[in-house]
Amino acid sequence: MAKTVVLERKPLSFSERTYLPQIATGLKTTFSNMFKPKVTLQYPEEKPVIPNNYRGVPTLVKDPNGREKCVSCQLCEFVCPPKAIRITPGSVPEDQDDREHVEKAPQEFEINMLRCIYCGYCQEVCPEEAIFLQDEYSSSGFTREEMINNKEKLYELGGTIPDRHYKWDKKKEAETDGNTH
Amino acid sequence: MNAVDLLFWLFAVLSVGGGLSMVFSRHPVSAAMFMIVSLVGVAALFVLLESFFLAILQVLVYAGAVMVLFLFIIMLLDVGPEAGKGKLSHFKTGIFGLLATVLLVGILLTLGNSYDSLALDQSIWPELSESKDGASHSLPFSTKVSSFGYGLMTKYMLPIQVSGFMLLAAMVGVIILSKKTPDREDLK
Amino acid sequence: MMEWMPQGLWFEVCLKVFFAFMMVGAVMTMAGYSVLAERKVSAWMQGRVGPNRTVLPFVEYIPIFGPLLKKLGMFQPLADGLKFLFKEEIVPGHVNKFYYYLAPLIALVPALTTMTVLPFGQMYWNDGTVSTLALADLEVGILFVFAVSSLGVYGIALAGWSSNSKYSFLGGIRSSAQMISYELAMGLSLLPVFLWVCAPGSSESGLSLSAIANSQSGGAWLFLVQPLSALIFLIALFAETNRLPFDMPESETDLVGGFHTEYGSFKFGIFFVAEYAHIVIGSAIFTVIFLGGWHFLPFIEDPWPANWIGSLLGVGWFLAKTIFLIFFFIWVRWTLPRFRYDQVMHLGWSKLLPLALVNLIVYLLIVTVIDQNAAANL
Repeated sequence: MAKTVVLERKPLSFSERTYLPQIATGLKTTFSNMFKPKVTLQYPEEKPVIPNNYRGVPTLVKDPNGREKCVSCQLCEFVCPPKAIRITPGSVPEDQDDREHVEKAPQEFEINMLRCIYCGYCQEVCPEEAIFLQDEYSSSGFTREEMINNKEKLYELGGTIPDRHYKWDKKKEAETDGNTH
Repeated sequence: MNAVDLLFWLFAVLSVGGGLSMVFSRHPVSAAMFMIVSLVGVAALFVLLESFFLAILQVLVYAGAVMVLFLFIIMLLDVGPEAGKGKLSHFKTGIFGLLATVLLVGILLTLGNSYDSLALDQSIWPELSESKDGASHSLPFSTKVSSFGYGLMTKYMLPIQVSGFMLLAAMVGVIILSKKTPDREDLK
Repeated sequence: MMEWMPQGLWFEVCLKVFFAFMMVGAVMTMAGYSVLAERKVSAWMQGRVGPNRTVLPFVEYIPIFGPLLKKLGMFQPLADGLKFLFKEEIVPGHVNKFYYYLAPLIALVPALTTMTVLPFGQMYWNDGTVSTLALADLEVGILFVFAVSSLGVYGIALAGWSSNSKYSFLGGIRSSAQMISYELAMGLSLLPVFLWVCAPGSSESGLSLSAIANSQSGGAWLFLVQPLSALIFLIALFAETNRLPFDMPESETDLVGGFHTEYGSFKFGIFFVAEYAHIVIGSAIFTVIFLGGWHFLPFIEDPWPANWIGSLLGVGWFLAKTIFLIFFFIWVRWTLPRFRYDQVMHLGWSKLLPLALVNLIVYLLIVTVIDQNAAANL
């Protein structure tokens, strides 16, 4: 059984009852704080360090060959809880050499940043690793229309990130090896 | 009429007007504020007489302390414009009015008769007694603080002691009245 | 028909009015910059940098100096004042209009009136005479300060009452009770000081502020002679200026904004400036009474020459002491937590007042003994 020990509180001494020594100590603390380095970040000029797993604005990325990775499967559109994503699927023209074997591509891809809740489901669900929530955190605009990111804007924000798979290259190799799926 | 006269009339109107407005205003807060105006006006008249000490005491004691308590109580009790209405019958009001008139006339008559004898050359200031080093000198009439103090501590020693005693009695009375005695119920 | 006003008097009156404007300008500027100091010092004590962005366009391009001023936020008071001017003027529907408009004025006017008797230096004239620099060096200066500053409570009480809202009302009531309570201790704490200075045999008499300051020239400062009086006066000063730890009337955590909850825009600005003007004047008066005024350090004669340079240095030294005290006000505010209301009343009535009384009696005895000895030696 737990044992309760009642501690007698010592009666305050005279100097403690005047509070003056305590006040002096407090004043000393605040005074010494004045000369310590400041923690303020001068925001627009100094930006905070963004950690790698930060979930910022969702963006579309291209592979290192400069091809768009999105195949407009629309999974992100379906999974998006606030229905912020709208995709118009489109096909890839046959005659584009650098986009051989790319099956499909979005004709238009819109993310409404007024609706987006930065949940990251789109990134999680994407089978092509084409949509990423990156380190961009301040999106602003003067009108509602400005806040809808279209395809160009999304690719501009996303840029290129290293790819582990090179899916389209592998497909091309497979075909030259005579192994069409 | 010179500038000082103009100031005198200004402050005279201020103090009398403030007093009248105090009596006639319906709302207690307004009445209190008018009374402050009146008191400050009187203080300004003291300043015109070059009696700064009296003027400042007037403001300090009446406007600064007593009226704050008045205002405080008015606000705390939330007394509205209707307070005190219909408490007095016309008969009683008439009697009080008559008494006030008699008092006013009496004061005016007394002041009118004794006005000449109040001239400053026949000083109403006390003949001050010898100072402690034995040399006898009397302070001339002045409005300086030191002469006030000197007068209070010499000629008016008894009155100041008596008034101090009365204030002490009042203070003790307040302490007795406001003190909660747990066994008062038993006494009944 | 008497002459309206003698020719010489006109000049004198105009000069006085000019000086009065100068003085109001100086005190208001100091009040404005106290607000900045409050923001800056609080920021520094909390590890922040405080306002450092406001700048006038042409000042920004001065090398070194311009960015420094910007970094110190020197133009922030200007921006703050303009903000108060240009905000929407809102008058709630439930207020008593007349007193609602009157209250800020009543709060500001006493704060600015007390400065008339405030001495801030000495003028050494070429012919060897010395005169005090003050708008009016009254013989009863300290009483004048008490009298006028006691009128300031009406501003707060009326603001609380006329706003017709419970928070404002509570703030007003608390403030008036607090100010009445601490006025007593404040006055009592100064009595021994004047007893000491006006002792028979000394050349000073009366209750003049300049006499008090001059009595400390080359000798001990009064806060060394009477530390207890200085302490009580300082605590009461904090209470009278409604500063933390005594900011009962505002106490934003339990009363929203206290007496100025219903005030906005420029009317709130006036309350704000009045509060800081009180601090400036209070610091100056404490400097005059306990910190030797415009005189150099205790036990050291003024090192500056007795000419206009000395006058300027004296005024500067006085300002330096006052600014240090303003800093002290801010420093204490960001160090101590707020008292509970009953603690404030308890401290005022059953601690400070008896202490002030005991202090008075002890010094009465000391002064009497000294006087008796002096009389016996004569």
